[in-house]
Amino acid sequence: MSAAGAGLRDVRPDFPLLVSNPGLVYLDSAATSQKPHAVLDAIRDYYGTANANPHRGAYKLSGAATDAYHGARSEIARFLGAADADALIFTRGTTESMNLLATAWGLTHVHRGDRVVVTRLEHHANFVTWQQLARTVGAEFRICELTPDGQVDLDQLRLLVTANTKVVAFGHVSNALGTINNVREIVKIAHAIGAVAFCDGAQGAPHLRVGFDELGVDAYAFSGHKMLGPMGIGGVIVRRALLDTMHPYQFGGDMIEFVFDGDSTWNVLPHKFEAGTPNVEGAVGLAAAVKYLDALGMDAVRAHEVALTRYAMEQLATIEGMHLYGPAAAEARSGVVSFTLGDIHPHDLSTMLDVDGICVRAGHHCAQPLMRALHVTSTVRASFYVYNTAADVDALVASLRKAQVRFHAHVG
Amino acid sequence: MPTSAEPGTGARDTGAGTGAPVAGADAGLAALYQERILDHYRRPRHKGTLARATGVHGVKNPLCGDDVSVAVFVRNGVVVEAQYTGIGCSIMQATASMLMGLVHGRTCDEVEALARRFDAMLASGTADAALGELDALAGVAAFKARHKCAKLPWQALLGAMAEGGR
Repeated sequence: MSAAGAGLRDVRPDFPLLVSNPGLVYLDSAATSQKPHAVLDAIRDYYGTANANPHRGAYKLSGAATDAYHGARSEIARFLGAADADALIFTRGTTESMNLLATAWGLTHVHRGDRVVVTRLEHHANFVTWQQLARTVGAEFRICELTPDGQVDLDQLRLLVTANTKVVAFGHVSNALGTINNVREIVKIAHAIGAVAFCDGAQGAPHLRVGFDELGVDAYAFSGHKMLGPMGIGGVIVRRALLDTMHPYQFGGDMIEFVFDGDSTWNVLPHKFEAGTPNVEGAVGLAAAVKYLDALGMDAVRAHEVALTRYAMEQLATIEGMHLYGPAAAEARSGVVSFTLGDIHPHDLSTMLDVDGICVRAGHHCAQPLMRALHVTSTVRASFYVYNTAADVDALVASLRKAQVRFHAHVG
Repeated sequence: MPTSAEPGTGARDTGAGTGAPVAGADAGLAALYQERILDHYRRPRHKGTLARATGVHGVKNPLCGDDVSVAVFVRNGVVVEAQYTGIGCSIMQATASMLMGLVHGRTCDEVEALARRFDAMLASGTADAALGELDALAGVAAFKARHKCAKLPWQALLGAMAEGGR
């Protein structure tokens, strides 16, 4: 495959970090993505032209900041396929979004004796939040296991989602295995008994067309930094009917309407859930990121990643002792390949890859319950994005072969 | 699939910035994964439990799943015997294997002094002959992300000594 991949132009020149590190093979975009010039420029432009505290001042500059902030919200909502932009609540990222849902929705709607269901694929942000909510209110916390292929076992899910189930919280895409979940089917199972379906889109939004309004989920959380945007910004889109039943998450400026000595009233959406001075630079940067992705075309992004993932799986499988985890078909994954190589510990591998300028993740990928189910303590994870090429895969494979020789040279 | 860069080179360029391959990197790796370390990893010594242990202490690194437990038999302030069990990377396993041999017959005070020398060696990168075979781990100094791997068995050992017989 060419550097341009399946219909995607070579975008590496757009990424200053990759330009200034031509030898770097960055294969850890599932942890965080690199940022294009367009995002850095948008942040600089905001501070250079429109910086003031939004919603606060009657002066024109504050109006410009307000416009920048809400313009970003509209842009991001449009990108994610949500017509109701005011139902997009900005947060620091997926972790805060899931905490918002577990607190602002969960504490109101989940009670003793109710059931909360998650899946074995969840990373800690969508696992511990619900586990702790269940402990706090005295609800049952149940985990849906996986099929041998690393997919959520929908037959088991149908049995687990009982009449007392209030929420099914699940990832769009697994960060550790790359598995793309059958969102519509999971939503159907949850809605059949009146439970809400909350989707953790941290690994979905960067790689797949989300289409919130058609997806059927009651909430969709995402992180800006995994989709070419800055760190510290993300959000959650929540069905408005649900948002209206939710108690504020945090208290402070912006989220109030009137404050009296004894009680207060709350501002309208989205402000009710955004206490304090917002992260305008983050929102503006993320809006630039989604515009950039839109210009590439999410279908082209997806095709590029599938082609690269398939190539990586084929090439990795030629190495003796290679064990690949997760779905066998590249189409069933986002751009993630998780593996172990013989008896070489993932941390030893990642050190040896690092020396060749190759950045991979080695560890439990913030998904300890999943790793236990796979009977491994850790794996190596290579994850791809728009700027990765077949040459990156070749570099990875060559470095792994080198590591294997180094590790086995001294032993008979 | 045709490739856009020469395959199998492991890198496009020598690169100058953060994370790019650096000159002498292979020498660093050779120092990190030298034969003695890999040998201890492959054929660990002093691995197992200790029936007459006076202290047992386990330490885990939640980030990578490394898990090591050290059992000591201490009498009159002397480590008569030490054994370890655990799973983890080569650096952790080799450190544990060498360390159990090193402390055999030493007083607890001596072991604590050696622990300080080991930390100093990781900070400086200069091999310390007083650490016996463990001086092979001086190469870990250049890999900050791996310091924890080499320190884990020491933490378990000091914990086991503190727990019983010290």
